Amino acid sequence: MSWLDEFPEMEKTALRDLRKGIDGGFREFTRAYGDTIESFFFPVEWFLINFEKLLLNTPWIVVLLVLCGLVYFASRSLFLTAGTFVGLFLIGYFAMWEDAMKTLAMISTATLSAIIIGIPIGIMMAKSDRVQTFFNPILDVMQTMPSFVYLIPVIMLFGIGKLPGIIAVIIYAVPPIIRLTNLGIRLVDKEVLEASDAFGASNWKRLTNVQLPLALPTIMAGVNQTIMMALAMVVVAALVGAPGLGKPVLQAINGQFLFMGVSAGMAIVILAIIIDRASQAYGKRIQEHREKGH
Amino acid sequence: MSGIQIKSLYKIFSENEAVALEAVRNGMGKSELLEQHNSVLGLQDINIDMPQDGIQVVMGLSGSGKSTLIRHINRLIEPTSGEVLVDGQNVLNMTDAELQQFRAFKTAMVFQKFALLPHRTVQSNVEFGLEVQGLEVSERRKRSQKWIERVGLGGFEDRYPSQLSGGMQQRVGLARALATDAEILLMDEAFSALDPLIRTDMQDVMLELQQELKKTIVFITHDLDEALRIGDKIAILRDGAIVQQGNAQDIILRPADDYIRDFVKDINRARVLRVDSIMTKANSKTKGPEIHGDIRLDEATRILQEANATQARVTDNAGKTVGAVSLDIIVDAMVEKVEVVSTV
Repeated sequence: MSWLDEFPEMEKTALRDLRKGIDGGFREFTRAYGDTIESFFFPVEWFLINFEKLLLNTPWIVVLLVLCGLVYFASRSLFLTAGTFVGLFLIGYFAMWEDAMKTLAMISTATLSAIIIGIPIGIMMAKSDRVQTFFNPILDVMQTMPSFVYLIPVIMLFGIGKLPGIIAVIIYAVPPIIRLTNLGIRLVDKEVLEASDAFGASNWKRLTNVQLPLALPTIMAGVNQTIMMALAMVVVAALVGAPGLGKPVLQAINGQFLFMGVSAGMAIVILAIIIDRASQAYGKRIQEHREKGH
Repeated sequence: MSGIQIKSLYKIFSENEAVALEAVRNGMGKSELLEQHNSVLGLQDINIDMPQDGIQVVMGLSGSGKSTLIRHINRLIEPTSGEVLVDGQNVLNMTDAELQQFRAFKTAMVFQKFALLPHRTVQSNVEFGLEVQGLEVSERRKRSQKWIERVGLGGFEDRYPSQLSGGMQQRVGLARALATDAEILLMDEAFSALDPLIRTDMQDVMLELQQELKKTIVFITHDLDEALRIGDKIAILRDGAIVQQGNAQDIILRPADDYIRDFVKDINRARVLRVDSIMTKANSKTKGPEIHGDIRLDEATRILQEANATQARVTDNAGKTVGAVSLDIIVDAMVEKVEVVSTV
């Protein structure tokens, strides 16, 4: 009665062959197509490197003021702008400026890429139920799969460094923007869409002048979530050699450096709060006139 | 032939429209259709000749199919079978591109819940149809400005819809539709969401504009008072079929069945009926003041009282006597006792 005590597992040798086959197959695939795939991501890498250079080569005070200006533009709140100034200053004061800028470059690149990839997919999902049923399970897997797991194929394909790091971040951060673009467009008032059709608007005009503007608050909520996911993943991506605030965290874990870990962690928290509040305030501001009713 | 003709139009919401249509043509009713074919009967055998440059009202209670009907005219809904002719051209044969052109230049629509774009200002909302038509910015500005003024919203150009009252929002909806210069105006319960006073106000605005613009208007409503007030022609819809068609006088004086009789029971007849609808033949002995044929009964009564007469001569536009009314006939008509002799 051994089958009752033990789970009827796959045979040891067969399992090993399967493992070897898949690993070997993927390795071969990597050798054959790795460079092609890598060149496909060249624009992302180019943007990341140059944006990072820009942030690091510009005098810190200019960067600090520009960031405060952006926050003010987005939120129109002096309180938040002052908080941003103090927060960023503290990051620099505790010697985290360079890593913080690298992280900022990563997040910006990842968010921008996620928007460029995510919004068209979200639009397609909103247009067709079939596309939606195709993408939904994929998004579910992407969001529930432990982030460490998809670091593995990324490392195998791209090795160690900036590019695998940013790609892992993008994969992790893209689902919310896709989902919320889809949701936002599906929630647009049917009567307004009918009005757009009744006036003879083309599909493109309807998309750009009615659906996207009306879905924008929801899409902005997606962007906000995407940014937050990117921030969370930036630390994990340090495992595959991504630069930024994740690196000191990793070092601190290895060497049990409490102060280093906490200050890097605090820098991430400060960045997260600034970006979150600014993007939410912006989202709220653009929907000032959108509520229906009288 | 201009105007809008709808010919034997059927709409059945069904998985298998052809089978369901056959069943309806063989006389199956609404509830059986739902039971046996799991299909909803939207419209059956609709035939309407809508007058050019006039106001055609389609009246019915909710679920009667009136909103479905109006959406066939610009083909927001595809029919199961039938024809919709606008200026002799069948809307249902148009390609997608032709249909877009048709909607952009020939028809304009006003919606019950306004359906304005909440992220655009009043002016920008009014310009929406003009953008679709591909007009230059300066021309758009000029035209939208003109129509904003005409509907009485001057000074509100830069407001957002959420900052306006319901009545004002619908003025924007009306200006948006009128700005396109389309000949056909489709109004889907356009004033139903408004307070009674504002509704009357908007009816006045529309009637006044219509005097000058002479558009072909299709007006959907569930309110008989509204229908009688503005309709040159009225079609009453019930369960997707037309019960009666005619002008306001026909419907009040000659209701087609008990359903309509019930409907018109509570109407203020004195305010809707015209003297030429109830007048008797004039003879040489007819005396009294002259009353124009399109005067309503309440006004006629007042004229008679002021002249201290019991009889009046009814005249036409040329001033010729065409009939006679007496106070007795007027009173009988007000309490539904009159035998109709002639109509307009």
